[in-house]
Amino acid sequence: MAKRWNASSSPHWRDASSTASLMRDVCVALIPALGFSVWYFGRQALTVIIVCVLSSVAAEYLYQRHAKKPVRVNDWSAVVTGLLLAMNLPPTAPWWMCAIGSAIAIILIKQIFGGIGQNFLNPALGARTILMISWATLMTATVVGRGSGEALDAVSQATSVDALTQATPLALSLVNSRSPYTASQLFLGTVPGMLGETSKLALLIGGAYLLVRRVITWHIPVTFILTVFVLFLIQTGTVWEDGSSQSALYQTLSGGLILSAFFMATDYVTSPITPLGKAIMGVGCGLILWVIRAFNPSYPEGCSFAILFMNLLTPLINRAFRPIWFGETKAGEVKGGA
Amino acid sequence: MAFAYPFGNRRSRKFPGGVHPHGCESSKSLTSGKAFEAAPIPDRLIIPLSQHIGAPCVCLVKAGDTVNLGQMIGETSAFVSAPVHASASGRVLSVAPCMLPNGVSVPSVIIDNDYEDRWDPSIAPDPDVAQREPQVLIARVRAAGIVGMGGAAFPTAVKLTVPQGKSIDTLIINGVECEPYLTVDHRLMLERTGDLIDGAKLAQRIVNAKRLVFGIEANKPDAIAAVRKAAGDKAEVVELPVRYPQGGEKQLIYALTGRSVPLGGLPSAIGAAVLNISTTIEISHALRTGRPLIERGITVSGLVREPKNLTARIGTPLVDLIEYCGGLREETGKIILGGPMMGIALNRLEVPLTKNSSGLLAVGGESIAPDETPCIRCGRCTRSCPMRLQPAIIDAYARKRMWEEVGANGVLNCIECGVCTYVCPAKRQLTQMCRVGKKMAAPFVKRAQGAEPTSKKKA
Repeated sequence: MAKRWNASSSPHWRDASSTASLMRDVCVALIPALGFSVWYFGRQALTVIIVCVLSSVAAEYLYQRHAKKPVRVNDWSAVVTGLLLAMNLPPTAPWWMCAIGSAIAIILIKQIFGGIGQNFLNPALGARTILMISWATLMTATVVGRGSGEALDAVSQATSVDALTQATPLALSLVNSRSPYTASQLFLGTVPGMLGETSKLALLIGGAYLLVRRVITWHIPVTFILTVFVLFLIQTGTVWEDGSSQSALYQTLSGGLILSAFFMATDYVTSPITPLGKAIMGVGCGLILWVIRAFNPSYPEGCSFAILFMNLLTPLINRAFRPIWFGETKAGEVKGGA
Repeated sequence: MAFAYPFGNRRSRKFPGGVHPHGCESSKSLTSGKAFEAAPIPDRLIIPLSQHIGAPCVCLVKAGDTVNLGQMIGETSAFVSAPVHASASGRVLSVAPCMLPNGVSVPSVIIDNDYEDRWDPSIAPDPDVAQREPQVLIARVRAAGIVGMGGAAFPTAVKLTVPQGKSIDTLIINGVECEPYLTVDHRLMLERTGDLIDGAKLAQRIVNAKRLVFGIEANKPDAIAAVRKAAGDKAEVVELPVRYPQGGEKQLIYALTGRSVPLGGLPSAIGAAVLNISTTIEISHALRTGRPLIERGITVSGLVREPKNLTARIGTPLVDLIEYCGGLREETGKIILGGPMMGIALNRLEVPLTKNSSGLLAVGGESIAPDETPCIRCGRCTRSCPMRLQPAIIDAYARKRMWEEVGANGVLNCIECGVCTYVCPAKRQLTQMCRVGKKMAAPFVKRAQGAEPTSKKKA
């Protein structure tokens, strides 16, 4: 009998990219911001990063083994979740909180709902929010980084906040209408904050890498950031003006906005599929963030809540805004032309 | 009809979605410089009675009959169909079901070649083609058994018959050849330029089109130059940026005219008709010489020892073509009939060459479908789909056998180009699930359309 060949269906050629290669690209894009945080916050930041990554991967492996599912830790998605969680924790976070957060992200938010591709919330942000509710003091305290001593001395005198664990620029904006930080400090990241959110420069380098590698599209980051900027500009009528902490640029460069716009809101699973849907997601995130920051005096930051809220709306956005099929016009009608 | 697209400045539109498959140019370079060689005519030919979309033919011969080259051996009175002819002279061994490349078994005429190549006496050239009425020419195209030779195998006579109340103002000749590896149309444009222009002009007269446009992708500059030179002011030649699946009928019409074929409609609904390069040449050949479609060009490439462009008789066992090209290299993991994006993987090589096979490729084991992993909803399939469907959503519904939802997501518009599976990082068989979905969802869509015939509401 003649040889029988494999007859799997067409196409017989595949693009080289894989889930793992996309996830590795995200890891590469995080390197500048992670590197900056380790330089700026020191060894405790490195500890947070390592504990988050290791416990995320361990949680994924153990859950999949225990649930008798295929073990997919080699798709790098747990590594990404661990890194993103670390970036959203304070550099002073104790190791056990990092481990608990990772387990929450992987098991409670991702695996329980069916694993990769099935979670309805961003795992890292979901876990961050649960940690925030559970250990509010530990989650809001941030530490002085190197080289920002002078500014912080001024701040601590002005705000009577303990100088060793410092309030973030956004927390200060609640009590202080003048920014103690210069725009370049905010941009370079030599300010207190969550581990990975401070250096906008490093985050923008990583974001640009994701765009160039076509891991993400521009729709969510651009609409998200632009919405926040424009809304604060309308509200306060000032771009910077001597560092008013409600000014559009101060708000854009403070807190987790840049990190969230490029790395958190663009999570594939929990953001809409089409360009229009993504734009709606970005505008919606910006709008909610503005409402929280501008009108809620007890809560200075709202990125996590804004994104989580839009995560919940994502299935509805996907359903409501499907693409118009090619040729979907009334019969005989000529589409296009000049 | 309102129409204002600037052909004159040789620009084209970008159709939605699409990809540039990796290695597209390097794979074509294996054979793009090689002129056609005639493959030897085999001892025994297997001629399936159904090689086209439409009604199968009724067999006109029986075992023991002597047949001449070009003699009609299968015909039907159905409108959408095409007759088949003996592609060698000899004796009919038997009429028996044989396996087609797509795995379907159809009645076939098996002919033992007598090597005389004795043309059927009824075949004579027609010196007065230019004076014939379009209806006469259409009847001859049909009698010659011509079908779309680019893959679809849709009977060409049907395509050339303009429906009542419609008119065709633009005839497009498809020289895109966007599949990797394939160089048949490329070589034909270089080697049979005169026949190509002649066939295009004849077809233009048959459908009474004002415009005649050649669409050729930019990776074939020599073909663009040759066709431009031969066409002169008789036709427009548009250089298209390389993008798969530009050779798809709807995509090409859009690229060249800016019009999109309405869902479920034919190109004639927007005044366009598209013919493949091989088909166009065959129209000229059949009308001028009276000879039917008995052979075609095919690229045999990939991991064969000597990649070639061949002309081979319809009914030649594919294994013979592989042998003629030096046989398979050891790394071969898969045999594809057609191109790597849309071709059919052959389970075995003892199947005949049919009218619509433009490539025979041996490729490595990496082309065997990898294991699927969960969808990560990256949206690449949606961004790349040339029909602007959402393959991942169709796939999810199809796997749950929710065929009504599959239909509501527009699966019937899928052209099975393979782009969604190509780009999927999770390596899911999206195209295959769409294929299954098309079959299963069709009754639901028909029922839904019957209920509300005018509305095409969003799902």
